[in-house]
Amino acid sequence: MKIHEFQAKRIFRDNGVAVLENRVASTPQEAADAFHQLGGSFAVVKAQIHAGGRGKGTIVGNPAQRGVQLVRSADEAAAVAQALLGNKLVTIQTGPAGQTVNRVLVEAGCDIGRELYLGAVLDRAAAMPVLMVSSEGGVEIEKVAEESPEKIFKEHFHPQIGLHSFQVRKLCQKLGIKGDSVRSAERFMKTLCSVFTKYDASLVEINPLVVTKAGQLVALDAKMTFDDNALFRHKDVQEFRDLAEEEPAEVRASNAGLSYVKLEGNIGCLVNGAGLAMSTMDIIKLHGGQPANFLDVGGGANAQQVTEAFRILLSDANVKGVLVNIFGGIMRCTTIAQALLEAYRTVGFNVPLVVRLEGTEVEQGRKLLAESGVNIITAEGLTDAAKKVVAAVAAAG
Amino acid sequence: MSILVDKNTRVICQGITGKVGEFHTKGCKEYGTQMVGGVTPGKGGETVQGLPVFDTVIEAVERTGANATMIFVPPAFTADAILEALDAGIEVIIAITEGVPVLDMVHVYEKVRASKSVLVGPNCPGVITPGQCKIGIMPGYIHTPGSVGIMSRSGTLTYEAVWQTTNLGLGQSTCVGLGGDPIVGTSYIDLFRRYEADPQTESIMMIGEIGGSAEEEAAAFVKKHVTKPVAAFIAGRTAPPGKRMGHAGAIISGGKGTATEKVAALRDAGIEVADSPADMGQAMQRAIARKRS
Repeated sequence: MKIHEFQAKRIFRDNGVAVLENRVASTPQEAADAFHQLGGSFAVVKAQIHAGGRGKGTIVGNPAQRGVQLVRSADEAAAVAQALLGNKLVTIQTGPAGQTVNRVLVEAGCDIGRELYLGAVLDRAAAMPVLMVSSEGGVEIEKVAEESPEKIFKEHFHPQIGLHSFQVRKLCQKLGIKGDSVRSAERFMKTLCSVFTKYDASLVEINPLVVTKAGQLVALDAKMTFDDNALFRHKDVQEFRDLAEEEPAEVRASNAGLSYVKLEGNIGCLVNGAGLAMSTMDIIKLHGGQPANFLDVGGGANAQQVTEAFRILLSDANVKGVLVNIFGGIMRCTTIAQALLEAYRTVGFNVPLVVRLEGTEVEQGRKLLAESGVNIITAEGLTDAAKKVVAAVAAAG
Repeated sequence: MSILVDKNTRVICQGITGKVGEFHTKGCKEYGTQMVGGVTPGKGGETVQGLPVFDTVIEAVERTGANATMIFVPPAFTADAILEALDAGIEVIIAITEGVPVLDMVHVYEKVRASKSVLVGPNCPGVITPGQCKIGIMPGYIHTPGSVGIMSRSGTLTYEAVWQTTNLGLGQSTCVGLGGDPIVGTSYIDLFRRYEADPQTESIMMIGEIGGSAEEEAAAFVKKHVTKPVAAFIAGRTAPPGKRMGHAGAIISGGKGTATEKVAALRDAGIEVADSPADMGQAMQRAIARKRS
């Protein structure tokens, strides 16, 4: 799960990770008030959307307006908020349609000495979380990793033990952090690692992390994502979920216990199992088609869930054909067949439907479909299924 | 021969009194697995599917001689269940449970690695040695005793590969579902070692997916240490970056973990890679034929 910058900063502040004074505003007036309250000679207005790259992102229909802007008066804060709020911001991560800005963060300015990068993630190969720092702050870290990996320094930390002091000293040496700043860095980095563990984060990223002219470390940006599997023990984090930032069909699917990801193509897929669902997308593409989605109904889905899955697929206007690919294990082919017929009765199929069934109760499942009289194209095996759905979509124009 | 489990394996189910635990205990028993008991704290003394239920794993081991466990407890308690099995000296621990918080697994993984036990999973379909022992949720009938060792991070895609090798008359020695989570107990490399040493296994199929670098590490190992024919498939060639494809582990992040990178590493190691999931069985045949020539 993703959260907004202002929410991540709230977590930071509550746990003692240094952030600047800030206010959240959802109207230009609130932005102006925030500027006054902060009381500085300048402030920064930042669009709050889940995607990264906001500083370089631009507003649809107003390419001069960036997602992050320095302001020097309350009037200017209000004007920038006006230009951002309710409009769509396009960044390298949003796709061309952009994401609507519903809030801005108005934040106090600071005297920047240096900009660094800091991130904590799980290192899968080491089966341990790792803290990564780089002297190349404020730029895309993927680019740094690609072009100059020697500028990224890493220290693993055990979730129950945390980061050791000597590890901070090693990192400070690499980053050229000296004197009193080392003490600030120790507090900052150790606390950040404990926040990672405490909230079951899958990513904590601060880019840039600033060393002020006074030598203090401050998180100028904040990004946190969380392990969905651990949300059950973090009610406070669950409340940060912003459904407006998520694809409506994906929200609907997750409410039904389905795993769904919307894609750009026109062939809807309904599959059991994540690996098989990915492979089904792959084989469609291999035969010249474009998958409209990833949809895993899971191992133990019941008829209602599968019916809901059909509804979600068919409500996507881009979908010109559907491929159902089931290898029944726990999932019985009869369950799928019944759900399919139920979906036909309740929503109707206005696009061609190709069904490939294999595994548990396959004969009964096929029989149910054959006897129903519903117009279904049946397929034997993966290749046959993919070819048939691609052909059917092409024929439908 | 086979790897990990065979007809002599004595299995308990942790979480046997739950609906899912009981259902699959029944399924395994019907397949012919030596199910010898179950564990649910607080339910000791009960009987499920004709099997005795114990309060603790250590008691179950002492009373039944169990040396393997199948774990179906809810995600919040899975780490504890694995540690309990480890503490009781269970040799093969198979965690089926999906949705375990990944940070719980950091400590568990360390403990498992420092022990003589093997952990498979979590979030996996289990392990099967066809005709001898099934521990997990896979449909038994698609398997047939044979010579291919199959390992995979995904459940139903494994069934697909199993079905193809069955239909081609190759059959399987032992099939292992590694699990779809970022941290799992057993890696491809662990199993390559076992398959390479197992006389029944004549060829090895590895089914991977996007995310992480486990496939690349395995490819490097194969290049150096594996003499048997190897075929592979990678799921997720068309998956967009930054989106989690069902499995917590199946995500391309920071441009790493793409199918293209993985396929290149596998081919470089001399592994026969199937371009299509429909071609996995035939890719295995090609790998075998190439090794013979």
